[in-house]
Amino acid sequence: MNTINRRLMLGGLGALGAAGVLAGCGSGSAGKPGAGPAAGDGGAKGYDGPAVELDFWNGFTGGDGPFMRRLVDQFNAENQNIKVKMTVMQWADYYTKLPTAVSSGRGPAVAIMHVDSLATNAARNVIEPLDDVAKALELKQEDFAEVVWKAGEYNGKRYGIPLDVHPLGFFYNKTLMSQAGLDPAKPPATADEYLAALEALKGKGIQGHWATPFPFTGVLTVQALLWQFGGELFNTESSKATWGEEPGVKALTWFTELVKKGYSPKNVAQDADAIALQNGKNAFNWNGIWNINTLKEKKGLEWGVAPLPNIGGTKAAWAGSHQFCLPKLKTPDQNKSTAARVFVNYVSQKSLEWAKGGQVPARKQVRESADFKALTDQAALATQIDDLHFPPPVPGIGDALGELNKAVNEAVLLKAEPAKALADAAARADKILEANRKKYGA
Amino acid sequence: MRRHGRATPYLFLAPYLLLFLLFVVGPAIFGLWMSLHDWDFQLPGKPFVGLQNYQDLFDPLSATAEPFWHGMRATGIFTVASVPFLVAVPLGLAVLLNRKFPGRTFFRAVYFAPYVLGVAVIGLMFRYILDTTFGILNAFLGVFGIPQIGWTTEQPWAFVALVAVTVWWTAGFNAIIYLAGLQDIPAEQYEAAELDGASTWQQFRHVTLPGLRPVSVFIVVITLLASANMFGQALLITQGGPGDTTKTALMVITETGFSQFRMGQAAAMSYLLALCLAIVALVCFRLMKERES
Repeated sequence: MNTINRRLMLGGLGALGAAGVLAGCGSGSAGKPGAGPAAGDGGAKGYDGPAVELDFWNGFTGGDGPFMRRLVDQFNAENQNIKVKMTVMQWADYYTKLPTAVSSGRGPAVAIMHVDSLATNAARNVIEPLDDVAKALELKQEDFAEVVWKAGEYNGKRYGIPLDVHPLGFFYNKTLMSQAGLDPAKPPATADEYLAALEALKGKGIQGHWATPFPFTGVLTVQALLWQFGGELFNTESSKATWGEEPGVKALTWFTELVKKGYSPKNVAQDADAIALQNGKNAFNWNGIWNINTLKEKKGLEWGVAPLPNIGGTKAAWAGSHQFCLPKLKTPDQNKSTAARVFVNYVSQKSLEWAKGGQVPARKQVRESADFKALTDQAALATQIDDLHFPPPVPGIGDALGELNKAVNEAVLLKAEPAKALADAAARADKILEANRKKYGA
Repeated sequence: MRRHGRATPYLFLAPYLLLFLLFVVGPAIFGLWMSLHDWDFQLPGKPFVGLQNYQDLFDPLSATAEPFWHGMRATGIFTVASVPFLVAVPLGLAVLLNRKFPGRTFFRAVYFAPYVLGVAVIGLMFRYILDTTFGILNAFLGVFGIPQIGWTTEQPWAFVALVAVTVWWTAGFNAIIYLAGLQDIPAEQYEAAELDGASTWQQFRHVTLPGLRPVSVFIVVITLLASANMFGQALLITQGGPGDTTKTALMVITETGFSQFRMGQAAAMSYLLALCLAIVALVCFRLMKERES
């Protein structure tokens, strides 16, 4: 289920429940910042005001939900005058609901957001800067991987406090590897080893790496490959999509050849790649770290996880990151603002607990602790931390990335040549980027 | 008879009229206003752009034209492919279920049952059934040596699947309306036809069909509109794929309005779609009326 939530969100598919009358949603004024930046200590000194209730929204509908709930319960037990009420909804619904709620004054005091949505929501006045929290927590870039830290900034201000990182990893079925005479303790790590392994599997009639045409996991894999081949999704000004250039073409070509060379069936349907790994039909799957808990629940399945093999020459992997953010309050409430900061501070320090839900903690100190290293699967993927990439912090960047999804879809289904599919998609994305620059006044 | 005041009929209408104004007319006018702006309810500036949003839809170089017309094409294909089945299959069902046989009520319930399921339920269920590699449908076809078909990832199969799922899902609703229509046809007409020596087919052709005409007009029009508003099935089962071939106009509008937050453009698309549907519905009524006279 977990993957479905993320997919709906990232695929930019829009909200399920949003089929209603479009016009009915336009009420409410522009989200003028009601509360100025809450002054004070950013939550470091605690909260001793009158009892206050905080709404906390997120999309942890999967296996990660109970872990967050436990943290919230702990916080409530330790802070008598703050009561945090956690509301969970599907990410897709969440991203359409939150702006509406904020503009009508019913938004939560604290929320979680994916890193690639921060810029859009900052530009749309949905969330407010929280530089003061970062200062109060004495958070510095050195405490985090650079890419994770930078990703929380927009227009020179900080909008997100990183909670975790969820990178793509290389999951493999050990039983199938043994069957093909491969050493399950030594998963392939280079392009040559990888192709040799696929060939060995093919010799035993096993299609080794199922290639899906869907964002999860096909597009994420192609993005990782693109960075590995030395490419970028966008130019430095984020005014043009650059996935149509050579690295992107190499990446998508490599991925579609999995199908053409028979290492993958044709027309793999949604999630079939992950299911096939569990059913002993697919040996390799590049999937999100959230897959760890799903696979753990499968009794009798022999599986392993390693950093992504280096196919293109440069180590790189796709990743997402959950970040705390503070939605704007329409009527300023100093007590709520302070209490919300206390809560963010608290959970941020408990990120080891959160890691057990199948994530990599964003904080270096936690990541390097013995306790985290004991979570061997997560720790294996955490070694990729310096090679992770996020989309640039530009409002509406997801709109443009939707075009890449189409290109990958057409190419993997063998309906279009990779180079042409990518070039066409890049041309469409350029138009969207231009429209966005106009809209957000960048 | 007591005479009533002049306001009485309007007072009776008032409760509904109020809701109608508030939730249909009001938003519709507001949407029209919105479509003349670059509208994002969260942004302080909502610049007036005149008819630009509409012009963009006819400018192949704009960011909105291609997705919108691809969406219209998908909606068009689905509507043309699904309406004949959604009109004919329920008619057959209704005629069968109108006969007297043991267990009739049971079967009426069975054929109506899928309609009560939500789109999320049938969407998820059919994603499993139609899965290329693990789906029960391909497993079944495999027994007869038919190679794997990409029901959700290959054309024309994706449309075949969407139409079939929709027919299975909603046929019961149309069948119930037909059934009500069938029960309105006087039994004497059948008796008279039988006395004149009409065969079963002739009875169907010359008594049942003409008797169902008013009901049929209704069914054709609501089915057309329902098919043109198809959203959930494609969103959940094919996710608009392969490529964007099954991404319907409504999906495009939703994405533009609620995920890219270009509400002005999305409103313009909605009005264009509404205009097209209004024309189709009018043509439909006109055709049926001509046949009647």
